[in-house]
Amino acid sequence: MASVLEIKELHVEIDGKEILKGVNLTIKQGEIHAVMGPNGTGKSTLAQAIMGHPRYEVTQGEVYLDGEDVLEMEVDERAQAGLFLGMQYPSEISGVTNSDFLRSSINAQREEGDEINLMQFIKQLDKSMEELEMDTDMSTRYLNEGFSGGEKKRNEILQLMMLEPAFGILDEIDSGLDIDALKVVAKGINHLRGDDFGALIITHYQRLLNYITPDNVHVMMQGRIVKSGDKELAERLEAEGYDWIKEELGIEDETIGAE
Amino acid sequence: MVKNAPEIGDYKYGFHDEDVSIFRSDRGLTEDIVREISKMKEEPQWMLDFRLKSLEHFYKMPTPMWGGDLSELDFDEITYYVKPSEATERSWDEVPEEIKNTFDKLGIPEAEQKYLSGVSAQYESEVVYHNMEEDLEEKGVIFKDTDSALRENEELFRENWATVVPPTDNKFAALNSAVWSGGSFIYCPPGVKLDTPLQAYFRINSENMGQFERTLIICDEGSSVHYVEGCTAPVYTTNSLHSAVVEIVVKKDAYCRYTTIQNWANNVYNLVTKRTFVDANGTMEWVDGNLGSKITMKYPSIFLKGEGARGMTLSIALAGNGQLQDAGAKMIHLAPNTSSTIVSKSIAKNGGKVSYRGQVHFGRKATNARSNIECDTLIMDKESTSDTIPYNEILNDNISLEHEAKVSKVSEEQLFYLMSRGIGEEEATEMIVMGFIEPFTKELPMEYAVEMNRLISFEMEGSIG
Repeated sequence: MASVLEIKELHVEIDGKEILKGVNLTIKQGEIHAVMGPNGTGKSTLAQAIMGHPRYEVTQGEVYLDGEDVLEMEVDERAQAGLFLGMQYPSEISGVTNSDFLRSSINAQREEGDEINLMQFIKQLDKSMEELEMDTDMSTRYLNEGFSGGEKKRNEILQLMMLEPAFGILDEIDSGLDIDALKVVAKGINHLRGDDFGALIITHYQRLLNYITPDNVHVMMQGRIVKSGDKELAERLEAEGYDWIKEELGIEDETIGAE
Repeated sequence: MVKNAPEIGDYKYGFHDEDVSIFRSDRGLTEDIVREISKMKEEPQWMLDFRLKSLEHFYKMPTPMWGGDLSELDFDEITYYVKPSEATERSWDEVPEEIKNTFDKLGIPEAEQKYLSGVSAQYESEVVYHNMEEDLEEKGVIFKDTDSALRENEELFRENWATVVPPTDNKFAALNSAVWSGGSFIYCPPGVKLDTPLQAYFRINSENMGQFERTLIICDEGSSVHYVEGCTAPVYTTNSLHSAVVEIVVKKDAYCRYTTIQNWANNVYNLVTKRTFVDANGTMEWVDGNLGSKITMKYPSIFLKGEGARGMTLSIALAGNGQLQDAGAKMIHLAPNTSSTIVSKSIAKNGGKVSYRGQVHFGRKATNARSNIECDTLIMDKESTSDTIPYNEILNDNISLEHEAKVSKVSEEQLFYLMSRGIGEEEATEMIVMGFIEPFTKELPMEYAVEMNRLISFEMEGSIG
């Protein structure tokens, strides 16, 4: 049965300031949702809060994964339950090779005694890296250390492909990418597309959606989802910008705290 | 300012079972005790004279007032010489639970645990050692405990003895010179390159002494030696002072690496003097890991005396609650085209203190000399602190010196990143710490690297607040 990620009336504060003001969103496996919106409207906060970043405090609302209370879980438990966050600014960790990190991550999500076979791991890693057109030395380099912006983003997608989560939340995975890199990243995500994978893609450009066709598109403003639609909504945003939505809803400044 | 200070090695020495005489020196250090030690060892007159002269220096020299607070160190409360057979009298029950637990966590077999705690002697490695000994003998390599070397290789011994670290160097070097016992003696003849490391671990059943050991290594022209001592298991001892001296002579074109990991019980003052003289195109490398102890003061130094000589010190220090690791390095450039590298990695947790204290000196003749210093500190919590105290002395303007110092914390972002991939908080913290010391562990022989990682992982347990 397809898994479901439900976000209900989610309110989130950071350093005492309310950023999300009641977000409702339901994602089923097999679906790809895009959350769009200008900068400063709460998109990244949504991603971080779902994954449980300690600086983001949920003050109200619920998040359920197949009926399990996600907000009660530690960050690692959320990952083990099937959530993945592709980060906008992935951390650099010196002395830990990319492949050791990947293997630890995979094994962390498996039972003790059921660790991934090393040969199988290497095969899978080589295949995924080839698909993402990554240099083979990327696996032996230290995790994200000295990676270019584009390399970091590819590395996030590599992790996504290797970990095969139930849901991938991708926070501005397209920012800072040139068109070739964007195509490669989109290829990786499309590779996972299917009945066993759901995604929440956060972006403020429509261009990624030229390569990944979303099933649902949501627009965020002032810490809420203000409009939802299908891929045509994204296309209209690309063509006309956000002003028509603001006009339609009577919003003058879409950023948080401006209302 | 930066003076060489002292400490000691945690050797796994064995015992002479044919020697049953028991002697324990009275507390407090007197001339009689020094005479008695020398007499029992049947030393030549010159060594007794050397000891007595050193004792005078020890009396005269002040206790260092910098670095760690040594005011609680009572020289009258220390036993200066324990005959090996006496040392086995400690019973297994007396070894603290904490130490036993650590042994268990490290997966050390019980027989070895007892040996390490001074409860029993360990003989199992003897065969391995003897095989190795034969091979070394063929090549003309001398590898034995320092007392035996004095008896059996007196000429070579005397020619090099105290030429690198004179008794007048500092109070603890003077003390060691007066009461030294045990340690390793290595001579590697010209052109002989040893592929496998010489390990003190195998040199057993010689003489047990860990407190004031004295190591002398001579690498003759074009030779190559890697010496490894110590182990990661905590060394349990009722003695509160360890003060060793290590002297190394690296001749022209020779190479020496000295790898040591020490993990002292946390009642121990660990004060060691380590120094090398390097001739033209020679290379010296100290790979030095310091864990445990109450206070460690240790600054392995390298005197680059010949043109093109190279030196490297790679060290890690970990300080926990109530501990001070005051460690660093000294690089003394005295000739043209000499180069040195210092990489110091420190970790402070649970209120521990780590200090990097280093000296780089460029003499007038050291034209075109280069030095690169990198000090990284990782602070695990708000209670822990670190200091970086570099001292550079430059007497000619044709040199290059780079110094980089970084203090970091295990950041929330890093932890969140690793945990968001399913890795638990404890494992994530451990990964970050292991990554931090990776430049050190990758230089260790495999079995030591494995032990080191296990130990760090054990040390990190429960350090997450």
